[in-house]
Amino acid sequence: MYEIATLSIFISIVLILVRLFLGPTLYDRVLAVNSFGTVTVLLIGVLGFLTGRPDFLDIAILYALINFISTIAILKFFRYRALGLDSAYTDESIDASTPDDASQPTRSQEIPHD
Amino acid sequence: MIDWLTPYIDPALDVASWICFIIGGFYLIVGSIGMIRLPDFWARLHGAGVVDTLATELFILGMILQSGWSIVTIKLVLIGVFLFFTSPTSTHAVANAAWLAGIRPKNMKQQAPLTGNQEKSS
Repeated sequence: MYEIATLSIFISIVLILVRLFLGPTLYDRVLAVNSFGTVTVLLIGVLGFLTGRPDFLDIAILYALINFISTIAILKFFRYRALGLDSAYTDESIDASTPDDASQPTRSQEIPHD
Repeated sequence: MIDWLTPYIDPALDVASWICFIIGGFYLIVGSIGMIRLPDFWARLHGAGVVDTLATELFILGMILQSGWSIVTIKLVLIGVFLFFTSPTSTHAVANAAWLAGIRPKNMKQQAPLTGNQEKSS
């Protein structure tokens, strides 16, 4: 049972890696990395059950948390080309009229992208 | 009433876990093939959504059915709840960032140009 689950997870990882390496746009690759992290969380859990010692689920929880935060951080970096707020303010391509708008961009606010 | 049920509980849990793993693996592979075969970034989001939510929750449900009542179940429920909320959030974040960067669907009608100098995908 767990062998078949592990096999399907490996097939899925290979297909996602193909999309990751030939993705035409940047956001295809971000999407593939996000899916890869989710599938890796599954792989950690299923491998723990396969070996009979499901003790690695703490690592799976940690990996799920880091996956979400890193996706948001990568997207923020792509948009502002900086991760800190001070660097985002001093970027001349961003019209930081109010400080709250730069830290929490909304859809209606059209910020020029690099 | 429970006594005659007890020899059937473990095979029933095994069968339910089998069903969860098989359907989850099917959706995992189908979503991954969709991420390769679909023609557009906005179409590939659907394949990624299938992988991120449905297949993941089915796999975690299958593992919960196998783990019994222990600390492992609590950890699996934590992972399931967390992924249930964060996977659509991150998919939406990717889609929103791609929209703001000027990527448009292939067959979409031409709109007024955005205020970015990124090249359009159309």
